[in-house]
Amino acid sequence: MAKLKDLTHKEDTLGSGHRLCPGCGASIIVNQLGRMSEAPMVVGCATGCLEVATTIYPYTAWNVPFIHSAFENSAATVSGMEAAYEALKSKGKIPADDKRNFVAFGGDGGTYDIGFQSLSGAMERGHNMTYVCYDNGAYMNTGMQRSSATPYGAATSTTPIGTHATAGKEEYRKDLTAVMAAHNIPYVAQASLSNWKDLMRKAEKAFTTPGPAFLNILSPCPRGWRTEPGDSIELSRLAVSTCYWPIFEVDNGEWKVNHRPKNKVPVTEFLKPQGRFKHLFAKGNEKVLAHVQEKIDHDWDQLLWKADFSKDRTAE
Amino acid sequence: MPKTVLKEVKNTPKAQQTAAALTGNSAVAMALKQADPDVVSAYPITPQTTIVEELAAYAARDHLKGKFVNVESEHSAMSSAIGAAAAGARSVTATSSQGLALMWEMLYIAAGLRLPIIMPMANRALSAPINIHGDHSDAMGARDTGWIQLFSEDAQEAYDNTLMSFRVAEHKDVKLPCIVNLDGFIISHAIARLDIMSDDDAGAFIGESSPTYGMLTDDHVETVGAFDGLGGFYFEFKRQQDEALQKAKEVLLDVSNEFAALTGRSYGLFEEYMLEDAETAIVVMSSAGGTTRVAVDKLRAEGKKVGMLKLRMFRPFPADEIAAAIGHCKAVAILDRSHGLAGTGGPMGDEVKAAMYHLDDRPECLNYVYGLGGRDVTVENIESVYSDLDSLDSATNSNTGFRYLNIRD
Ligand SMILES: Cc1ncc(C[n+]2csc(CCOP(=O)(O)OP(=O)(O)O)c2C)c(N)n1
Repeated sequence: MAKLKDLTHKEDTLGSGHRLCPGCGASIIVNQLGRMSEAPMVVGCATGCLEVATTIYPYTAWNVPFIHSAFENSAATVSGMEAAYEALKSKGKIPADDKRNFVAFGGDGGTYDIGFQSLSGAMERGHNMTYVCYDNGAYMNTGMQRSSATPYGAATSTTPIGTHATAGKEEYRKDLTAVMAAHNIPYVAQASLSNWKDLMRKAEKAFTTPGPAFLNILSPCPRGWRTEPGDSIELSRLAVSTCYWPIFEVDNGEWKVNHRPKNKVPVTEFLKPQGRFKHLFAKGNEKVLAHVQEKIDHDWDQLLWKADFSKDRTAE
Repeated sequence: MPKTVLKEVKNTPKAQQTAAALTGNSAVAMALKQADPDVVSAYPITPQTTIVEELAAYAARDHLKGKFVNVESEHSAMSSAIGAAAAGARSVTATSSQGLALMWEMLYIAAGLRLPIIMPMANRALSAPINIHGDHSDAMGARDTGWIQLFSEDAQEAYDNTLMSFRVAEHKDVKLPCIVNLDGFIISHAIARLDIMSDDDAGAFIGESSPTYGMLTDDHVETVGAFDGLGGFYFEFKRQQDEALQKAKEVLLDVSNEFAALTGRSYGLFEEYMLEDAETAIVVMSSAGGTTRVAVDKLRAEGKKVGMLKLRMFRPFPADEIAAAIGHCKAVAILDRSHGLAGTGGPMGDEVKAAMYHLDDRPECLNYVYGLGGRDVTVENIESVYSDLDSLDSATNSNTGFRYLNIRD
């Protein structure tokens, strides 16, 4: 991996002037990944905060070729671009030694929900592209409605706090990273802005792996999470140390957990600073909080089990 | 590939042509292959399926050098076609019915981004009830999406329209996508005799594509599909888009003239058959045009002054040209192979009638809905329409409403 000093000299993928909120994870994700793309990037993006706030006509914040076509099809759109590139190369219209990284971005709504089929199809077809989900845990662009990535218990505008004992979202998140691993594509990883080196290594790996790669990156959203803009990276760190958002990768079918906290921090530490979970700390909701912790423990154990199974198998 | 090659056509004007017996779908697949597309993104649906299969077979045998993207849905077919076209590729797909319905959102985006994607469509009824046979409900659902739409009477015209569509769509003043319609089964699956151009001549006629954007070049960096909110230029974009669509008429005529010189087959925005002195006329599209022509010949032999306007270019709608061609008739029947389900009959009926509104001495009009779900339309059915026109009483005809043709009671 290149040295930090060299990386800082690289031009930002997303220039200044975009209108994403302070503390939004999405722009940081784009620029960090852009640093690791040695070849020029060609970007597609689903409808959502990232797209809307960066391409307000006649301006654009993108310093790389960028396309937005609709909400649910960033993967299919970029797959068409990649096919065009391969075809033009094979016809000699693009030099054979030309290199480019095709990258599709989508929020969790555009990825876990409405864009899931398009993503699944593009990954299965084996296009040489990287799909990046910036997971902020709800449809933020349209005002914080729940998605299948919204965590259990979170209050959103479509899972509002009502008069029920368990307020907020009553379903678990979809484990999309595992679902993508089940596509048996060459590289799948889950990463967090707090673990910078790990994130950068994963980006490089995704870009340089031939064939499809999927990255799921936690993207703090101060507006939707009801948190302070300055706390975004710290929240990312807590997400990892509580095992709410484990960082791991599935490299050619081998599961590896990239960070195993020595002392797992209680999940309440991650939940407490966030306004969307405030109601869970009200009297009478102790059981809900206990339940959230149980679920996280269970999922974490299962992940370790998968990784240990991979390790045993390769050791044999 | 042609199933049987009959014979060399005599008196070939300029292009090298061969007579072949092909289904409409094979003819269309042949034309698409001859256009040397860079990317084919497609998903199967009856009756379009064999177009996709034949393109896949061409690709597997290296007769098609582009990339074949076997997408998981039509929404992705159109999305992939959009990505490919935006990246500078010649981009094609094909569909029918439900497939087009699933693409609907993306049709507007392909046109709005000014991407000259070519899409043959084997027309089929829309569910429910599910029905796989030919009618124009699918095409009519896309009539205001900004796509150019051509309709074909037979396999020959479907082939010719497909070749010509590339020239029109990719023209620098147009840059819009185009649907080439052919009636499901009636044209898509029936084997017909037609003349096909040699690959070289077809390729030379179509020429190289010139991309709308340059997304794979390093000299400039473009953002495509930007957000254009309040205070933006959305309104002006739409105006420009409509102006480009209007241009397609003139470009189609130019391209058709060039094509006629090459092949001896000439086409306009529509065919005017025995219209000049016609007292009554039928306006129709696609395969029913052939049936109508037979009825016209029969009635003319009996001394009746009947004619037909067979529409080829449905979008942009050549309203003024249609009015000029049939405005002199006493009575006109407009035949719609789709139901508007608006309570007013078929969409063609509405549009043709509106096209003549400014005329001082307008023809009396009847609108018929026919052929839904593949229901046959016979020469006798068409004759009955001419006889309805004949006996039409201008004192009592309201020019509103519609009738059904060949429907069970
Ligand atoms: C087909 C369609 N349905 C709904 C919408 C409205 N819409 C636009 S963005 C969005 C939510 C995006 O959420 P997500 O993908 O999580 O990204 P974020 O806004 O959080 O960045 C919705 C529902 C749309 N544009 N298209």
